[in-house]
Amino acid sequence: MDPKPLWLLAELTYKCPLQCPYCSNPLDFAGPRFRRELSTAEWCRVFREAKALGVLQLGLSGGEPTLRADLEDLIREARGLGLYTSLITSAYRLTKERLAALRAAGLDHVQISIQGADAELSDAVAGTTSYRDKIAAYQYTRELGFPLTVNVVLHRRNLHQVEALIRLAESLGAERIELANTQFYGWALHNRDALMPTKDQLDDAWRVVQRERARLGTALEIVWVLPDYHEQYPKPCMGGWARAYMTVTPAGEVWPCHAAGRITTLTFDNVRDHPLDWIWEHSDAFTRFRGDAWMPEPCRSCPRKTHDFGGCRCQAFLVAGDAGLTDPVCSLSPHRHLIDAAVAAVESAAGVVEWTYRAAPASRALAPFRDGTGLAAKG
Amino acid sequence: MTATGPAVPRLHPKARLQHDGVRGRDVLLYPEGLVALNPTGAEIVALCDGVRSVADVVTTLERRYGSKGVEHDVTAFLDGLAAKGLVTYGS
Repeated sequence: MDPKPLWLLAELTYKCPLQCPYCSNPLDFAGPRFRRELSTAEWCRVFREAKALGVLQLGLSGGEPTLRADLEDLIREARGLGLYTSLITSAYRLTKERLAALRAAGLDHVQISIQGADAELSDAVAGTTSYRDKIAAYQYTRELGFPLTVNVVLHRRNLHQVEALIRLAESLGAERIELANTQFYGWALHNRDALMPTKDQLDDAWRVVQRERARLGTALEIVWVLPDYHEQYPKPCMGGWARAYMTVTPAGEVWPCHAAGRITTLTFDNVRDHPLDWIWEHSDAFTRFRGDAWMPEPCRSCPRKTHDFGGCRCQAFLVAGDAGLTDPVCSLSPHRHLIDAAVAAVESAAGVVEWTYRAAPASRALAPFRDGTGLAAKG
Repeated sequence: MTATGPAVPRLHPKARLQHDGVRGRDVLLYPEGLVALNPTGAEIVALCDGVRSVADVVTTLERRYGSKGVEHDVTAFLDGLAAKGLVTYGS
């Protein structure tokens, strides 16, 4: 049977008050490609088309999705269709009144990011004073009866706080904490040298996670997203290219994942030009790497190909220079030395490497790097 | 915890029973996941109304189908959902 999507990530806007240096948004988020945001009516049509195509889970993300004044209308439409709606927010200036309005509109689940276990580190990583808003919003979320996920991106400067972060999520009454080791795309790739953890840091954090999982059982689900540069085999990225997942960007381009737009050798279609089912079934971006006919060696004859699907196309493009190659994270890839070099550089580096915050002026300045050549140019 | 006769199974508020028309089945949706249900599973979930006990659910199904001996299957199914945090037991 042809695959049908289960998940839709709706990136409602790339505007965001936070400036996290690992942001998964495109480096050129402030550029013309993303400027003309979809209207309320256009998003509602996308949701209807997504449901008809098989989507059941809807993530409302950004940027900061609560900056959309029509968020309540979008949720009402999605919930009316039967989609399970998750809001993925920084909670910056998010009031209890707004959350109550989102609840009344039918929102199912709230995910609130936090950048560190205390105000000092969280605000320093976010580049914006926001910790206090987040703690308040966690409490409002529980008071209103939402299931709550605490989202954390882990990297060199906050991995030592894993235990404190888990305790914080526990004290807030969260259902889940997602501890996502930084995946190196978008801004995170640009800031890779500043964010990459050491092996010792990862080992320590993983020990904490295993211990806390045993202590907490089903009281708090601890999701640990693997640091793939430190793995032997690639992750089964998105459960396989164009098998279950689609991302719609603020101006209507549809991508097989939220990083795919940076692959300059693919053509991306827009919901303003085509219905979603056509894009899923016929667009270049969705058909190019679906299945396994595209696979080169060592994937083609590898028994793991039905498990990891050749890994991540974006990583192959960004690191090895060709989206049609084996994910360079794979120890069987002829490009694995590029990953090893990045990991080794961190082990031998001394002191703190500065990062570039995600912000519109930096985005415009970095636009020439957006085609992937920036990495090579950086050496 | 496991299902016993007088325990009242309740769907956790984070979970929602939803029909999946494209794939012709019912599913239980929850944060970042879903469980596909067969028709019997969907019936059991629909009977978890916070009033019926496990024994009531069993009796209702046995009456509906004129059969006996479904208790083991019902409790195993509910315990599976409880292990995922999707069902809780009260009194």
